[in-house]
Amino acid sequence: MGANKRAQAAGACLAMRRPWRTGNTGDAIARVIAVGLGLSVLALAGLLIYELIDKSWQSITEFGPGFITSTTWDPVAREFGAAPAIYGTIISSLIALVLAVPVSLGTAIFLSEIAPPWLRNPFSFLVEMLAALPSVVLGLWGIYILVPWVRDPVEKSLGSHLGFIPLFDGPPFGFGMLAAGLILAIMVLPIITAISRDVMLAVPSSQREAMVALGATRWEVISGAVLPYCRSGLVGAVILGLGRALGETMAVTMVIGKGYNITASLFQPASTAASAVASEFNEATYDLYVSALVELALILLAITLLVNMVARLLVWRIARSPGVIRE
Amino acid sequence: MIVSAYQRRRATNALMLGLCAVFAFLAVGVLVLILGFVLAKGIGSLNIDLFTEMPVPEGEPGGGVANSMVGSLIIIGIAAVIGIPVGIGAGIFLSEYAGHRLGDVVRFTADVLTGVPSIVIGIFVYGLVVLRMGNFSALAAGIALAIIMLPIMARSSEEMLRLVPHSQREAALALGISRWRTILSVVIPAAQRGLLTGALLAVARAAGETAPLIFTALGNRFLSLSVTGGPIDALSLRIYRYATGPYSEQHDQAWAASCVLILTVFVISLAARLLLRRR
Amino acid sequence: MTVDSRHQPEAAIMGYEMRIEHEPQAPVSEAEALAAGMVVRELNAWYGSCQALRDVNLLAAPKRITAVIGPSGCGKSTLIRCLNRMHEVVPEARASGQVLLRGEDIYGPGVDPVVVRRRVGMVFQKPNPFPTMSVLDNVAAGLRLNGFLVRRSQIAGTVEKSLRQAALWDEVKDKLNRPATELSGGQQQRLCIARALAVEPEVVLMDEPCSALDPVATLKIEDLMRELAKEYTIVIVTHNMQQAARVSDYTAVMMMAEDRAGEMIEYGPTRQVFTTPEEKRTEDYITGRFG
Repeated sequence: MGANKRAQAAGACLAMRRPWRTGNTGDAIARVIAVGLGLSVLALAGLLIYELIDKSWQSITEFGPGFITSTTWDPVAREFGAAPAIYGTIISSLIALVLAVPVSLGTAIFLSEIAPPWLRNPFSFLVEMLAALPSVVLGLWGIYILVPWVRDPVEKSLGSHLGFIPLFDGPPFGFGMLAAGLILAIMVLPIITAISRDVMLAVPSSQREAMVALGATRWEVISGAVLPYCRSGLVGAVILGLGRALGETMAVTMVIGKGYNITASLFQPASTAASAVASEFNEATYDLYVSALVELALILLAITLLVNMVARLLVWRIARSPGVIRE
Repeated sequence: MIVSAYQRRRATNALMLGLCAVFAFLAVGVLVLILGFVLAKGIGSLNIDLFTEMPVPEGEPGGGVANSMVGSLIIIGIAAVIGIPVGIGAGIFLSEYAGHRLGDVVRFTADVLTGVPSIVIGIFVYGLVVLRMGNFSALAAGIALAIIMLPIMARSSEEMLRLVPHSQREAALALGISRWRTILSVVIPAAQRGLLTGALLAVARAAGETAPLIFTALGNRFLSLSVTGGPIDALSLRIYRYATGPYSEQHDQAWAASCVLILTVFVISLAARLLLRRR
Repeated sequence: MTVDSRHQPEAAIMGYEMRIEHEPQAPVSEAEALAAGMVVRELNAWYGSCQALRDVNLLAAPKRITAVIGPSGCGKSTLIRCLNRMHEVVPEARASGQVLLRGEDIYGPGVDPVVVRRRVGMVFQKPNPFPTMSVLDNVAAGLRLNGFLVRRSQIAGTVEKSLRQAALWDEVKDKLNRPATELSGGQQQRLCIARALAVEPEVVLMDEPCSALDPVATLKIEDLMRELAKEYTIVIVTHNMQQAARVSDYTAVMMMAEDRAGEMIEYGPTRQVFTTPEEKRTEDYITGRFG
């Protein structure tokens, strides 16, 4: 009988009790490799933190917690303090948010609620292309196009009309905190817009319909039904944008000048943690200098990690095409 | 003039909607502004020399950035060879093998890693590789970019692999095909378009990075083809050096090089998006 | 239905207009099932801490069709998936008990589930051909990816044989290199059957194979089942009682207990189960009073 024969043949080469068959070892090896690669992500994170602490240890032990509060950065006297850099990082990012958030939200609202479908896709595409612009190119544009414009007319007129406000006090350098804030605003605009748009699109239409049925205007539907519903997602988007701004290096370095003090004036040249590290690293000639710069980077890492973690917890699982947004 | 509540609401409506539209066009306008200027300033200096000549001493006219382009290709090549397989592997882990707890931890870590400033990665690799090797190198630069690409690739690969319906895996397993063969011959081919898209986007991202290269590749006025031998140049680095220098000939070349860089990044991103849409 | 079917079970069957197209086969003894078919003893299955099957006992007679019927959620699919160790593919799922294939326990120590699945094939509810492969590659997938070294010529031969067995050869012989997704639903399901047959299993399990198909395709597959039963041991799960009555030689009836675990309440020759069931619950289910 055919079946018996087949079964006999099957029994001969398919005896079930053979745990060392190729299939099984293959699976075991594959599992080890896969788990290894997965753990490599964790190892990378751990190694990153370890390496940074290790290379900044000299500076940490030398300056202690005073590093964060000291405003002196004097390579010659071997005294380093991070306060102006941290201040610059925070202020430039805040300016960026103040400028970018309204525009981002407006754009996101436009894309998700107002724009006709045929306009939505090309527009979104363009905004995403803004995200794809390399930072150094933006910096180049910043130096030769943005800064001159900031110097005159922006800072000039702000200075002459509102010069009594400490923010707008001082000669218009062009290079400085304001320019840095502006360019950061341009850089975080796409990410806040894209995430906000996705979050808004995810609001169920039943919510909108309920508002419409109550006789609301288009804007009232948006402000009354859509925005409150996705509030936490929007906050998350903004915080993710903040995270991006904090870590941005090239464009900021190229337009912020190289001042190192804490002033209220937005016109003054300044530094962020990232710009300080970027511009001085190649000049750091002795170990403590390097170590201080690495400690600056470590502080920057700590701040961005914190901000990003908070943002993640808020944004959670927003559906977005992978890799689209540069963070 | 008495304005009724209704009229006020309508006015607010028109105002706010108009404002949103203005903002949207502002956002796109900024993009157009930037692209426009880069093209306008760079087109004039875009010539064949840019691609074929080496940089000339400061202040002299002429020359090109061929060494930078070659360097970029080498560095990105190394980054892709390291970052894409490891990234996809981590994605396979997350989608096919990870238990709940471990998977969540790895996923969260990858998400957080995507937010690490690239300059921090640059310093990390400086300490890890450059100091140990004793010199700057394309390898160090490639490793830095690969580290930047890794979490992005891992998450995007995971998402793409998850899109493959479970019934496919079941069909293969029920035929007596072992797990690893199922993943290799059924799941990955089914997800290959998405995986390729993710890889292209990660490469596009890496191509635009500059900060990590400062600490790993350093830059080089001359052509270098060596992977571990010494400093090597990259297009983004050269733009940075030229832009911040005082020589106007170099500024012109920086604009032209920017055109090339933008075009490359845009083309890769566009290809990735088209690939994904042509389902 | 106005007939009081409690007293006239035959009428219940007639009321469903059952087609019996095959001659009832001679009953199979347990010894025969042990030697050449599958025997299930005290099978229990869990998803995590939730018990899905309790103490199931079953015979799958060789060269016969055994149908497993019951209301939805009673564990039919879980049962059939335990027969080729697909159950444990779900995370946190486990099973205990004995499932004997030709006398060997597939849950015994050191047994490789991958090998079990080569000997016990499965066809799923929704046809799932591999979309990135052609018709030919689909049928050959089991052979190629099993790690067997097969020559090109062997593959062509096996593919044709399997497609003929699945009554699909004539329809696709000119389309072997077309993507499998171009076939109709019924054709895709027969393709999946051919794919399962290509690795030459001893048992073929079918989990509601017709529920995603139209009536014409369904009848084709039912005819196919009877053909295949001449060579293979077949176990099918179906929620369609008429189908079970039409097609199977033996029927097992499952019900969900109060704690949501599935139990087998009756097993016997189909004719007997449908005309003179031993359990009241079986009769209630068959006559539509419940489930």
